[in-house]
Amino acid sequence: MSGFAKPLKIALGLIVIAGLIVIPMNFNRYGLFILSQWAVMTIAAMGLNLTLGYAGQVSLAQGAFVGIGAYAAAIMTTHGWPLPAAIPVAIVLSFGVGWVLGYPALRVQHHYLAFVTLAFSTLAFLVFRNESWLTGGIYGISNIPRPHIFGIATNKPLPFYYVCLGSLAIASLAVWWLIRSPWGRAFMALRENPLRAQSLGIDTRRYTLMAFAIGSALGGVAGALYAPLTQYIDPVPFNLSLSLDLLMMVIVGGAGFYFGPFLGAMIAVLLPEWLRFTEGYYLMLYAIAVMGLLIWSPTGILGILDRYLAERRTKAASALRAVAKSRLETAQ
Amino acid sequence: MSAVLEVTDIQKSFGGITAVDGVSFDVREGEILGLIGPNGCGKSTLFNCILGQLTPSGGEVKLDGKVVTGLRPSELNKLGVSRTFQLLQVFPKLSVRENLILAGQEHQGNMASRLVGRSDAGLTDTANQMIGFFKLDHLAAEPAGGLSYGQQKLLDAAMAFMGGPRLVLLDEPAGGVNPTMLSDLKERLIAINREKNATFVVIEHNMEFVMSLCSRVMVMAEGKVLAMGRPDEVRKNPAVIEAYLGH
Repeated sequence: MSGFAKPLKIALGLIVIAGLIVIPMNFNRYGLFILSQWAVMTIAAMGLNLTLGYAGQVSLAQGAFVGIGAYAAAIMTTHGWPLPAAIPVAIVLSFGVGWVLGYPALRVQHHYLAFVTLAFSTLAFLVFRNESWLTGGIYGISNIPRPHIFGIATNKPLPFYYVCLGSLAIASLAVWWLIRSPWGRAFMALRENPLRAQSLGIDTRRYTLMAFAIGSALGGVAGALYAPLTQYIDPVPFNLSLSLDLLMMVIVGGAGFYFGPFLGAMIAVLLPEWLRFTEGYYLMLYAIAVMGLLIWSPTGILGILDRYLAERRTKAASALRAVAKSRLETAQ
Repeated sequence: MSAVLEVTDIQKSFGGITAVDGVSFDVREGEILGLIGPNGCGKSTLFNCILGQLTPSGGEVKLDGKVVTGLRPSELNKLGVSRTFQLLQVFPKLSVRENLILAGQEHQGNMASRLVGRSDAGLTDTANQMIGFFKLDHLAAEPAGGLSYGQQKLLDAAMAFMGGPRLVLLDEPAGGVNPTMLSDLKERLIAINREKNATFVVIEHNMEFVMSLCSRVMVMAEGKVLAMGRPDEVRKNPAVIEAYLGH
């Protein structure tokens, strides 16, 4: 996105933020639910984008971390704890489990790592389903309360949407800070050339584990918001297909691009609604659209924009060179 | 002069093949040691054993008198040992300046300060100086992948100096670099060697480059040390002529 002037970028950002605050005021209950879901899934996808897009570690377990966060929040809030207390617990829990899941990544990479994380995903699902003393098993946990934030009840859809949007804002700022810090640079080094990274003093072990843990913690945050959003959870939404959905959001939006997850989650959450008129054909159309996109641009939607801007820069640079050269010739 | 690096009887086998077969040498403070020998004689494997990329099958590596055999590459780098690779190893998507900042950032502060502190780890000035020193000024903001091969090679070498190393192991720095740029590179290496008192070990096939840059040259053949001495001595050594230089 470096091709736009800075004031233009800021103005664009402010318009989008204002739009996200003002426009939904007129939305009905269902519209607000969808939009809240977008905010929540964006947080989870941002986490995966950090692990996969920036640090280059494939994970098929992000859905399981959303589940861990959701169960932590559901169990705690139905036992009388407030959500603001449950969220840190969800973060610590998914951070810790994510850290441990990072260890296999120190030995295996790419599709082998994908299989390890896939196995973990299945394991988490079985725990959610079978440990019914804790998770309610297949009956799940119902009547999950929504929180009071600064004394304001968020039972109604609009206030809770603002809770989700506010959380997204905080998570976005945190991730933005992280990727422009030396840590973000080290993550990218890990993705592009771990051997060279090591020789420059970058502790690749520690950064790999951190990439997993932080990405997973964001999944946990998303889960802790998902539980009060739906107010009822059971194991099914956190099975492998959620992990695959999140992976698709990251890839379609553009892995390794800051705004990729926002776009990817928007497509994954909203497109089914827009394509509702096609009835039974929706999934097929969706599948074809994704295949087409990835053939055209393997780097996702933001990859297209990036290519376009890079091309424009190259043209501008060669135009400058041409001008400089002709001046040189006239001078001679 | 004291030895910065002491290598004793390093061995490395891959299956039945012994790539490095009992190599011992030391590198003195402030010198530029050349390492030459035919392809496949174990030069790069020796580098990788010294730098922790490979675990040697036997032998010992000492840095400033302390045993560092088996340390991880990142740990060795923190102790002031830096390197370049035979094949180009820059980060193509990061800009030239970002590459240099990345190369130095782990030597600044600790994990926590690198998370909450400045985005450039306070290295923009140092990186800019390095860019100026290697004459890459006009390319500072370009993605490294867009540079020419020779320019990337210069960047690669510049990256090795960002952490302020005491000892730098350069694996074929001159490979594929045109003559003008090569004399530039040589000039820069000599300047860093003198001003920063950095010690170098250089693997290189370009004889003219090695003979004019190095104070001592070590010749390897078939995993063993064949000769060690001043460039002019080594050049006249019959065994070296036989194995490597040709008649």
